[in-house]
Amino acid sequence: MAWQFSSRAPVYLQICSRIRADILGGVYRPDEQIPSVRQLALVAGVNPNTMQRAFTVLEAEQLFITRGTLGRFITTDTEVLERAREIMRHETVARLVEEAAAVGITPAELIEGIRAYEESFPASEAEPTTDTAGEPSPDTPHT
Amino acid sequence: MNQSMNAAMDAGRDPWLPEGFDPAAPILSCVNLNKSYIPARPVLHNLNISLTGGKIVGLLGPNGCGKSTLLKLVSGILVPDSGTIEICGIPRSEATNSLISFLPERTYFNSWMRVEQLIEYFSDFFADFDEAMARKMLSDLSIDTSAKLKTLSKGNKEKVQLVLVMSRRARLYLLDEPIGGVDPAARDYILSTIIGSYNPDAAVIITTHLIHDIEPVLDEFAFMGFGGRILLDGVADEVRAEKGKTLDELFREVFRC
Repeated sequence: MAWQFSSRAPVYLQICSRIRADILGGVYRPDEQIPSVRQLALVAGVNPNTMQRAFTVLEAEQLFITRGTLGRFITTDTEVLERAREIMRHETVARLVEEAAAVGITPAELIEGIRAYEESFPASEAEPTTDTAGEPSPDTPHT
Repeated sequence: MNQSMNAAMDAGRDPWLPEGFDPAAPILSCVNLNKSYIPARPVLHNLNISLTGGKIVGLLGPNGCGKSTLLKLVSGILVPDSGTIEICGIPRSEATNSLISFLPERTYFNSWMRVEQLIEYFSDFFADFDEAMARKMLSDLSIDTSAKLKTLSKGNKEKVQLVLVMSRRARLYLLDEPIGGVDPAARDYILSTIIGSYNPDAAVIITTHLIHDIEPVLDEFAFMGFGGRILLDGVADEVRAEKGKTLDELFREVFRC
């Protein structure tokens, strides 16, 4: 199944985000070999030139390192990985803020909302909402 | 000197390359192309195109704008009223047919033929035809090679034709609506075939209305308006970055009825 490119951003940037997310999400582990441009282009259903362009960006970020003729591997450098995490954080926040702004929610309200969400659904013990979805009860058994 | 050496090497690799083949020349070059079916109603008017290797180009435009006419001119089915067409530096002629693999909008195969016979047909006609590749693709698409063409559904006929066209090692692929009549799963397969047979020495021109489906596959695009005028062209990703719109959205905007 080809990757979905739903946003209006250039496809190569969407590929970069996707691969960064795959690395941070553990689909690719540090030191793991990455498929070739052609292979990954086939999997993603994109033009090899576009995939190459995405690879160039990720190489410039040093997320990909080339080992001679062996191929490309995911970096083990924690600083580089931390930087990728920072980029992902920025992208996620930007998307959230943009989506919220479109319906008139201010960033301050978002922050407030995130805090309230965190209190009702602590990240570590995120339990499936068995009761009325989307309406967290104000007095949760936790905290 | 370098160029002639390259040409010699290329000729050594692909012995069927016609005389005059210039690997450094654009894959396709059209200069001041004119064509009309009815006098005073030009379909193409002074059209200029230059296309280099390693590119997959989407030729996009409303019905009747001249996309198919352009492909027919390049493939030699039609003759231009004026202007020149060159393929790899050779003026369009019978000799350049070996460089072009054309998928017309309608099938030209005899309906009484079996898929098996068509494979033989292509093997006979085209030195660059890769029979093993064609057979593998047909089996991937679960097409029975002993079936007669007329017993196949519209979509399956289209698949057979596309498989044969893509199994050639041509320099220029002209695909007129390659995914129009096939189901979404076959569409994915066909697009991945186009990506998979990507070759830095070859160029692909695709016309289609299913812009959303082919968008990730395209390097470059050209919007063609009536009279064969190129209204907008460029690198697909750059336009997305510049305009903040997908090609599909941009098309709907440019050609709003």
